[in-house]
Amino acid sequence: MTLLFALVALPLVFMLASLAAGRRAPRLIWLCAPLMTGLSAWLAISVFEGGRGGPLGGWPVPLGIALEADGLSAALLLASAITAGITGLYALGAYGRTDRETTRSYTFWPLFYGLWAALNAVLVSRDLFNLYVAIELLSLTAVALAAFGSRRAAMRYLMIALAGSLAYLLGVVLIFASVGTLDITLIGERAGEARIPVLTGAALISAGLIAKTALFPLHGWLPPAHGAAPPAISALLSALVVKASFVILLRVWFEALPGLSDPAVTLLFGVMGAAAVLYGSVLALRQQGLKVLIAYSTVAQLGYLLLVFPLAGGGEAATPWAAGAWGAMGFHASAHMLAKAGLFLAAGLMIHAVGDGRIDRLEGLARAMPVTALAFALCAVSLMGLPPSGGFIAKYLMLIAALASGQWPYAAVILAGGLLAAAYLFRPLARMFAGAGTPELARAPHRLLALAPLALGLAAMALGLFSAVPYDLMVIGLPEAGQAGLEDADPGS
Amino acid sequence: MSPSVLIPVLLILAALIPALASAVLPGRAIWRNGVNIAFAVFKLGVVAFALAGVAAGTEYEWRVAFVPGLDMILRLDALALLFITLSAVLWLATTVYAIAYLSGTKHQARFFLFFNLCVVSVSGIAMSGSLITFFIFYELLTLATWPLVVHTGTAKAMAAGRTYLAYTLAGSAALLAGIVWLESGAGPVEFVAGADLSGFNTLDQSLIFVLLIGGLGAKAALIPLHAWLPAAMAAPAPVSALLHAVAVVKAGAFGVVRVIYDVYGIEAVAMLGLGIPLAILASVTIVYGSLQALRQSDIKKRLAYSTVSQISYIVLGASLAGPFAVIGGLVHLVHQGLMKITLFFGAGILAERAGISQVDQMDGIGRRMPITMTAFTIAALGMIGAPPVAGFVSKWYLAIGAYQSGASWVIAVLAASSLLNAAYFLPLIYRAWLKPSGGGLPSPEALAATRTWMLILPGAFTAAAALGAGLFAGFELSPLGWATLIAERTYLP
Repeated sequence: MTLLFALVALPLVFMLASLAAGRRAPRLIWLCAPLMTGLSAWLAISVFEGGRGGPLGGWPVPLGIALEADGLSAALLLASAITAGITGLYALGAYGRTDRETTRSYTFWPLFYGLWAALNAVLVSRDLFNLYVAIELLSLTAVALAAFGSRRAAMRYLMIALAGSLAYLLGVVLIFASVGTLDITLIGERAGEARIPVLTGAALISAGLIAKTALFPLHGWLPPAHGAAPPAISALLSALVVKASFVILLRVWFEALPGLSDPAVTLLFGVMGAAAVLYGSVLALRQQGLKVLIAYSTVAQLGYLLLVFPLAGGGEAATPWAAGAWGAMGFHASAHMLAKAGLFLAAGLMIHAVGDGRIDRLEGLARAMPVTALAFALCAVSLMGLPPSGGFIAKYLMLIAALASGQWPYAAVILAGGLLAAAYLFRPLARMFAGAGTPELARAPHRLLALAPLALGLAAMALGLFSAVPYDLMVIGLPEAGQAGLEDADPGS
Repeated sequence: MSPSVLIPVLLILAALIPALASAVLPGRAIWRNGVNIAFAVFKLGVVAFALAGVAAGTEYEWRVAFVPGLDMILRLDALALLFITLSAVLWLATTVYAIAYLSGTKHQARFFLFFNLCVVSVSGIAMSGSLITFFIFYELLTLATWPLVVHTGTAKAMAAGRTYLAYTLAGSAALLAGIVWLESGAGPVEFVAGADLSGFNTLDQSLIFVLLIGGLGAKAALIPLHAWLPAAMAAPAPVSALLHAVAVVKAGAFGVVRVIYDVYGIEAVAMLGLGIPLAILASVTIVYGSLQALRQSDIKKRLAYSTVSQISYIVLGASLAGPFAVIGGLVHLVHQGLMKITLFFGAGILAERAGISQVDQMDGIGRRMPITMTAFTIAALGMIGAPPVAGFVSKWYLAIGAYQSGASWVIAVLAASSLLNAAYFLPLIYRAWLKPSGGGLPSPEALAATRTWMLILPGAFTAAAALGAGLFAGFELSPLGWATLIAERTYLP
């Protein structure tokens, strides 16, 4: 419990410290990254051994603030600590000057820690209002960071995020008015009593979260914002921020309201996911800029997450392990965090080196920057869902769940999405291998920076190679609806 | 660790260690070459130990649990050893050849990194104990060979790489679809034990078979999925040698054998009526490949189409399903490897030392390069099926097997193919030895300056092995003896 509290509070402490530390603020990341990773690992171990959080402050729900970590939260906390920690260290290259203070290096660090705190708060909160506060903080820090790149894109992001927040808040009010509680578990117990208002509330909440997650068809703001931001910030936005609102979406449908969903809901989410996978991939294929390509890839990859709605619980009767859709979603979210951040960081180094963000200009970089190119390749392999990466495990589990439950169109989409991902990611990779000469390059801010994307790529591989333990962790405390499927869940349980 | 676990692990490590060593020892050619050769020799030793063990009936197995339903199983049975022995022997030869061929060129560290990752993949493919383990290494092979195909970075190489990926990744997607479909109804499929097909109707069983064979056929270059192979000739000669003799096409053919014998089982394939259509497809590929080879004036292209044709002998043997046909197909896996690698070593030397890439430039080259051309001639005669070279043994067993299985028309296919083989190989031999040189050849002095024994001896060695495999086919430890052992264990369990 104290541990959960620390995971939310510590980044806030670092946020304040970075404000106070002035031009020495960048150095704090050397302390924060290992500390947070260590704490998250500790939490993962303790959840693995059976301890879950309880209410904060000694008051029982609904008075106290419930913080709780199930297996999925613990896994995502750890993956995001690794991702944020490494991205933070990488950001030292851009915002790490301690000899003089610039506006950017002064504002980056507080925003970075604020974002981290908000993300962790989302992952461990079990109360719709707390979640609202957390996601608001997350959106605002994310928008501010996005403004480092393009102000126009950030304004657009802000509008969408605010509209999403309003819809979310309206939904929360509706639900609170009908069932008299904001605690997710308690809503689950009472939702059956007021079906229509609760469903309306859930629909509003979902619309808001879909906009914030940039799920198809409300994805339009993402590519310009993520594509234009500096690499470290793109990595944070694409890898971490969009996952947070998706986790809330899961909590709402699988834990608060499993009894209220019907086949139309799962079908709607499934179709949206499938459309995102195909549409995002095709658009990624057509981009000329490296970072925009990676950003469109995020639109596509987020679509896979939505497939958990129709696939969860798929056909347990057929094979004992077909209920792996929940694990697949966990693997996909974690692997995408690591790989997408790595991809952006590697792209950042390459673009800095050639001074141009077009894919055509990457020629020869596999020779000139072998470590960075290798990191890019490892991350790309995970996004394509090829073995032995975490992305492959996710794809395999999803496919099994789809076919065991007889939903072969989703299987076809997953396979097609993998091929499309290979098509759009091999385009930059092929440019890196092409040509014979070694291009003239600008010097990187620090020669060890390439290790950051490499570490993330290797982590994405390790997630696949040592997948047994993460899987067991992710299915700890999985909601009944995740086991039996949304439609078969018993209302009110 | 017990020896049972240790052997498979060592066989993987024997290639993985030089891969990593090549990556981290850039610029130090002597160390890198030393490590590569030392581990190739070490691997040969481990293989010899395992051969003795398996002949005596020991089974070596290493199992790692991934997510539920996905165990990685590496197991050494007789069939696995057939393939892994071939790969270990040829890899030592190719390593020596590649070191000489590439000496003085750039980016050798990258080359040997991926070269050794190919060995890792092929070892894994050979030892796979389950369908999904096979798939993991099969996909790894795709990823590891692509950088080798595009190694030179020319526009032609990049285009070849693109074609290669398009075919192999699409093939892998089909294979994965087949595997997951099968496993979603039958549980994890381990080789030898086979799949429990009772959950599927016969149409589904046939469709899954088509998906699996189609996916494997893309790498085995079955028509109409063969076009990538001639295009991949843009790669350096050692890469072509390994692509054609041990790595990619063989992995596909080996997979077909596994699917027919160890997943479906011969009876099921026969009952579904799938063996004969596959035999027909293989026969068409054999004749078509030969006809295309006849039309090529480029030596490497001619050899490439010859591979298209010869690999299908293995598929033909497997699909005919009589004991002798099985032996013929399996032994051809080894024999074709020995002969084809000799031919490619020779072609590489001709291009490198004499600038000869077209058939009509070969006039009189035999006297200038006697060792290389003798080896080339032996291998070419073997391809035609002339006794006592190894190729004759394969064809003989295939023909008897076809007669046994009541598919006598196959004998006509074999005869036609032999005629065509003679038609496209004899002119090369005739020109090399009997025609006077046209004057375009380099002078003996110039040739003496480029005479590198590390380039010449590997080909001589593999040619001798091909001759030996035919001459001593009656011995128990000859490829034929080992293939007979496998067939006995398949038919008389």
